[in-house]
Amino acid sequence: MVAVPDMDSLVNPQQRQFNPYTENGGTILAIAGADFTVIAGDTRQSEGYSIQTRYAPKVFRLTDKAVLAVNGFAADGNMFVKKVKQRLEWYRHAHAKDMPLRAIARLIQTMLYARRFFPFYVYNILGGIEDDGTGAVYSFDPVGSYERETCRAAGAAQSLVQPFLDNQIYFKNQLAAPGMSHPTHLPLPDVLSIVIDSFTSATERHIEVGDGLEMYVVLAKGRGLGGMEAIGGVQELSERTEGERLFVVRRELKKD
Amino acid sequence: MNTFIDRFSTTSAASQVRKLKEQEEDEFSDAAWGSEAGFGNLAKGIPSFSVPSVHDPTAFLRLHTDDHADPNCRIKIQHGTTTLAFRFQGGVIVAVDSRATAGSYIASGTVKKVIEINPYLLGTMAGGAADCQYWETYLGIQCRLHELRNRERISVAAASKYLSNLVYSYKGMGLSMGTMICGWDKTGPAVYYVDSDGTRLKGDLFSVGSGSTFAYGVLDQGYHWDLTDEEAQELGRRSIYAAGHRDAFSGNTCNLYHVKEDGWNFIGNFDISKMHYEGPGNVPGAPGTGYGYDVRVLGRNSSNPPPPEAAPAVAAHA
Repeated sequence: MVAVPDMDSLVNPQQRQFNPYTENGGTILAIAGADFTVIAGDTRQSEGYSIQTRYAPKVFRLTDKAVLAVNGFAADGNMFVKKVKQRLEWYRHAHAKDMPLRAIARLIQTMLYARRFFPFYVYNILGGIEDDGTGAVYSFDPVGSYERETCRAAGAAQSLVQPFLDNQIYFKNQLAAPGMSHPTHLPLPDVLSIVIDSFTSATERHIEVGDGLEMYVVLAKGRGLGGMEAIGGVQELSERTEGERLFVVRRELKKD
Repeated sequence: MNTFIDRFSTTSAASQVRKLKEQEEDEFSDAAWGSEAGFGNLAKGIPSFSVPSVHDPTAFLRLHTDDHADPNCRIKIQHGTTTLAFRFQGGVIVAVDSRATAGSYIASGTVKKVIEINPYLLGTMAGGAADCQYWETYLGIQCRLHELRNRERISVAAASKYLSNLVYSYKGMGLSMGTMICGWDKTGPAVYYVDSDGTRLKGDLFSVGSGSTFAYGVLDQGYHWDLTDEEAQELGRRSIYAAGHRDAFSGNTCNLYHVKEDGWNFIGNFDISKMHYEGPGNVPGAPGTGYGYDVRVLGRNSSNPPPPEAAPAVAAHA
């Protein structure tokens, strides 16, 4: 028996759409210090007005000195992180070392641009330690244009968080006290407080942000813990203490 | 028998699967696996792109990325720019703003819209940020290969034609670039305008982007071939300031480059608000006052009294 299409569908025009994307909310953020970088993201994943899960990580360890945060369409994000990790493993097998941060940034550009005509709907922020020991943040658009910055927020609440960061990190619209100048880099405890305040405030005013907060902290080689001891609930992810050190700090956010 | 036919036919289901598999594997060549020491496959030629399996991939891309057709579409491509470049007696001046907008949100105020292709070539960025960044970096690789093969630097004409032929091969696929390729070669200073429609123009003076009309206004009335280096740099800066002031999609800062016989030089980064009130600072060619504020308010009311030396002149008029 062959299915015969009814006359109606043959006569009248039909429209079909291929819509492979959705928006899963959440916000990510990264701030570079002189010899450290903090990369953070909330853990809520939603679609429309319903929360799919309260714990879906958006921030991932790539190497001991590189952390990638992804935001946008979660399925694309997870697939993209998987493929970046795979390429970094191949690099390790070929060169017996971890890929430098600036090279990871360029790799991410080429991987995103390879999908120029079928983009990954993902905003990426890469944070870590550069070969010269400085903290660095690279931010990307979905098709791979990128730039090194000191701080960047992306995702649902970027328009709430970025102005706060401009004010607190770049001291935009602030006048220094007479005879004083603004510092170029803030110490780690100050940066962590700013990150926590950013997310608690974004949680208050944005429905897609909340549930949990994960902050990855990358410390440059030979730098002391300076400021990490005082913070509770810290978990170390790096195996060796002589190289760059990587920590994750978790905090609860409001769940309503 | 059937399995034998399947194996060599080009239309059967089995061959379709085979083709798909080949496509999958093509995504990562041997180069990625480390057989070329993991150095990737960029130098081999034009990289491959994945395309959605739909009837009209271009319509798919337009549906999801073009924010002119639909402001609610998800993937926003950065738009809004002012860039300019001009040729004069002392070389080439390249000046750009640094604002990136996504709709009405200012996504970044620190974008590098001048792409340093190599020490003798500069490219400017207008339209899709990723398109310009990626293909002009790619052009840099090809220019280096040209040097190695021919033992001489590529001409600006050849480099710009390489880019224009390349983007022309993607015509209709949705690339968006409006760029000026600037440099110095055997023929002297050169500026070429190249865009994603395939247009390639040689010229003395170009401005590209949403603020280009404002920049042209200042540029055209101040331009002549015999400009000194200082005057030319000031003209580039002043033109970007004018665009940043009147075009909402341009602004933040101005990046200024000067290309001479021995390659390009970065002159500086100038805050556009600062230029309005205080001027560009103590740099060659600077007027010593703000471009916009003083000329409008100085001497107009008691809180902006006229400068002491200007006072007698006003009195003489009265």
